Amino acid sequence: MKKILILFSHPRFEKSRANRALIENIDKVEGVNCHDLYEEYPDFNINAEREKELLGNHQIIVWHFPFYTYSAPALLKQWMDVVLEYGWAHGSKGNALKDKIAFVALTAGGTRESYAANQHNQFTLCEFLRPFEQAANLCKMIYLPPFAVHGTHVLTDQQLAAYADSYRRLLGKLTTGEYDTVSVSRFEYLNDWLSNKG
Amino acid sequence: MTSTFLSDALIYLAAAVIFVPLAKKMGLGSVLGYLIGGMIIGPFFLGFVGQEGKDIMHFAEFGVVMMLFLIGLELEPKTFWRMRRFVLGTGIMQMGMTTFLCFVALLLAGLSWQASLACGLALSMSSTAIVMQTLREKGLMKTESGKTSFAVLLFQDISVIPILALIPLLAVSGVKAASTGHASFIEGLPGWAQTLTLLVAVNSVVVAGHFIFVPFLRFIARIRLRELFTASALLIVIATAYLMMLVGLSPALGTFLAGVVLATSEFRHELESDIEPFKGVLLGLFFIAVGASINFKLIMENPLKVMALVGGIITIKSLVLYATGKVSRLSFDQNMIFTLGLGQVGEFAFVLFAFITQLQIISAESSDIMMGATAITMTVTPLLLLMNERLILPRFGTKEALEQKEADEISSEHSVIIAGFGYFGSTIGRFLRANGFEATILDNDSDRVDLLRKMGFTVFYGDATRLDILKSAGADSAKILIAAIDAPETNLDLAERTKKAFPNLKVMVRARNNLDAYNLLDMGIEDIYRESIDTSVRFGVDVLIKLGVRKYTATRAGQLFIKYDEASFRQLAQHRHDQEAYLVNIREQIALQEQLLENDRKASPNIHDFAWDMDAEIKNTPDMNNNQG
Repeated sequence: MKKILILFSHPRFEKSRANRALIENIDKVEGVNCHDLYEEYPDFNINAEREKELLGNHQIIVWHFPFYTYSAPALLKQWMDVVLEYGWAHGSKGNALKDKIAFVALTAGGTRESYAANQHNQFTLCEFLRPFEQAANLCKMIYLPPFAVHGTHVLTDQQLAAYADSYRRLLGKLTTGEYDTVSVSRFEYLNDWLSNKG
Repeated sequence: MTSTFLSDALIYLAAAVIFVPLAKKMGLGSVLGYLIGGMIIGPFFLGFVGQEGKDIMHFAEFGVVMMLFLIGLELEPKTFWRMRRFVLGTGIMQMGMTTFLCFVALLLAGLSWQASLACGLALSMSSTAIVMQTLREKGLMKTESGKTSFAVLLFQDISVIPILALIPLLAVSGVKAASTGHASFIEGLPGWAQTLTLLVAVNSVVVAGHFIFVPFLRFIARIRLRELFTASALLIVIATAYLMMLVGLSPALGTFLAGVVLATSEFRHELESDIEPFKGVLLGLFFIAVGASINFKLIMENPLKVMALVGGIITIKSLVLYATGKVSRLSFDQNMIFTLGLGQVGEFAFVLFAFITQLQIISAESSDIMMGATAITMTVTPLLLLMNERLILPRFGTKEALEQKEADEISSEHSVIIAGFGYFGSTIGRFLRANGFEATILDNDSDRVDLLRKMGFTVFYGDATRLDILKSAGADSAKILIAAIDAPETNLDLAERTKKAFPNLKVMVRARNNLDAYNLLDMGIEDIYRESIDTSVRFGVDVLIKLGVRKYTATRAGQLFIKYDEASFRQLAQHRHDQEAYLVNIREQIALQEQLLENDRKASPNIHDFAWDMDAEIKNTPDMNNNQG
């Protein structure tokens, strides 16, 4: 069984309806550990050694954040800069994260359709997430497609509950390890993989 | 009458205003300034004041009375209880040995045993007024020598009560005190009854304090007239003093007791700030009167006798004090300050000598010589302390500066100087050191200096406001001076001097509160650090977190508030001089608090932006396509 570490980064979690639905009680899913970065490091003073130890104890890393101005909140960038050290996470001797799975889980105000060429946001979500994809590659990790909740402010409570449910099912499924990462990678979103298979 | 009063007031105040600043400029301390001023206007030099000097002294003794009231106020019974062993131990040792040695010496000089004992007791007293004032000016109250001095002085001040009660028992039987001038109730009584009266009087002050003064002050406080409260505070002090005089007891002790009783009441701080200025002025007057009363004629007539007496007293007292200091484990420097600081005979001796003479235990002439010697010891003490500071300690005690071991070390002078290495300065110093920046430290606590030197710090010992010490600490070449001394006035003084003398040095100053900070701003100092702001806000942030606010939101709110507060403080500072001048700091403090709260209400310094706030966006632009989550 694989253990999942959610690196949750939200500077205003108390105001976020969508993320509350996704994150609440997520720890109760077996094998899932939710690490609330803004609560742990309100002063941005990240304890790199502790983070490395946490990463070592888990096989699947989730960068979970609200998609602000086409990127992650500042603290997650800080985390990546501070924790993914050369010689530990990457470089010829940096193999600490090798073969671990990484993916992004995010909430976005815009609809899925708006993220496309010639649409409102001009680029696809996956294109915006290239830095995460390549960071994972750099660290010799297996990068999976994102799990995305689109159009957060037009979602009804019921729709939101459905997203929360599928997020739980996704995490549960990933902990089993009974899947082929290469075929999973062919889907644009992990949401698609989930609905395609069952 | 009126014109003599005015001319007297003119002479005394002028003497204070001229000589005290002169003495301060020469580094002599205010007490010596007053004393010298007194001598010069006295009958033997300029003769501006004649024999009425004695009357002025009686009047000015009231400063001592007020001082004891304030000491009483600062002495909560709880604090006293905690110090009891220390006070008793050092006090008994000092008074017992001094009295005994003086007793033996006077007995050998041919006085009767009763006279020797009474005078010995009087001579064992030190001057609370001089010592406290000097220690406070030098910022030494919190050092070991300061604490030990306070303990011994406290014991002496309290023991005046039993001494006054016991001395009548020494009176040659049958002789009653000659009724000179004002007769008091107690004088007509036999010894045992006088003792009894004293006990009754002391107890009635305690009872009155609890059941009359406090309810009375509460009543006055409700009327909300500030000057009426000041008047009531004075009334309590004067009434207690008067009643004690009426019974024939020391007014100082009565008010001391009243002070202790009121120390636990809610009016403690207000009483303190009300009485303080009166005390200051009257004590100054007292010192001037002591200076003026020195009978140089008598000294000229018996120079050897007086010199021997002064020398003998100071030698005996110093020896005993040094031994007491050794037993209390004071280091050499601290012990020298303690020994020489308390080496004089105190103001209570005047009271005791007058009392002893009344009881005809000693003759009026011996009493005059004794009082003359007392006044001289008072004058000599500040000089001895000065010699100690400038000549003895630099040579035998903690050095002002350690000699440079090698010539090339001079080039590695530090670019930061920290003045004052108490809890505030030491934190800055430790932080800088942890980050590879060594600082030169200035401190006036010899124990701390020794410790720091052992730890390898570069430390200069002495008064940081002295320009020569600043210079030798490298103020010419340093970049930053950190003024982190405990006493705000000293920091202010230091900042002002450095700005003038070393214009290239960046001065960064610790301020205790907004008022200090305003004064610093007025001087044109930009880098001001109010000591409680960051800690209080950090405290508040943690409270928010404990109340369930997310940590990052609370942290941001704290950062925002500090910024807002800094801006608000600087904005208020500009308008400060538009207002009427505030006479009392506390009142300005309250007015300031009011302005701040008013500002807070208008500006509401909390997070009211819409950063990362998706609900706010829904309300504003429901059809936006990005930027939210």
